[in-house]
Amino acid sequence: MKALRLILALASVVSGISCTQVKPWERGHLADYIMRPGRDPLTDSVNEHVWFTREAFAGGRGVGGGGCGCN
Amino acid sequence: MTRRNLILSSAALAGALIAPSARAAFSEGTKLPDLSTFGLSGNLPKTEGNVIYLDFWASWCAPCKASFPILNRWHEQMNIHGFSVIGISVDESEEDMNRFLQKNKVSFPVARDAAHKLVSTANVSTMPTAFIIDRKGIIRHVHSGFHKRDEPVLFAQINQLMAQR
Repeated sequence: MKALRLILALASVVSGISCTQVKPWERGHLADYIMRPGRDPLTDSVNEHVWFTREAFAGGRGVGGGGCGCN
Repeated sequence: MTRRNLILSSAALAGALIAPSARAAFSEGTKLPDLSTFGLSGNLPKTEGNVIYLDFWASWCAPCKASFPILNRWHEQMNIHGFSVIGISVDESEEDMNRFLQKNKVSFPVARDAAHKLVSTANVSTMPTAFIIDRKGIIRHVHSGFHKRDEPVLFAQINQLMAQR
């Protein structure tokens, strides 16, 4: 009985914390223009410049796709 | 607790965890289920005896938009010969779908899968995804995504199925 309770407790914990996969047809909000990190090219280039001069940081900001699941 | 109960409980737990990924999906060689059983809104054409290009799309999907002029052309050219494009919108908002269709006029029938019942069953991997179905209702080709360079391949596949009686 103790083992059964343990399994049930484990099952409820695992199902409670499990990740939810966003399906390709549910990505409308992720594909929205407002979700793009680089909406303004001028702001992007200014930020790049500031980060480069302050932190020697450059590149690595581009990500392919908007998360919509499109090709 | 017996060992049998422990095994059964573990099996139930494992089953519950893997169940979502083990859902049936539309695949090549399987029969297309009756679309009228999925609670779609919109008018669906007769599919029996026709070659069907079943296209899952959304208003927020750029490649879907790019594919529409080509799908339109195919539908207009070959509809009288027993070919039909059927667009299945997966938009959550009907308003979004209608706004998109006002800007991008289509000649082929469009239905909306508001409850995502059909698209979940088809379990498409990307948007858009198209299923090409032969005259016997068998899914013959599955295409994920859309690019203009795909047009000749898709057209050849459709023509091949159109030639079959």
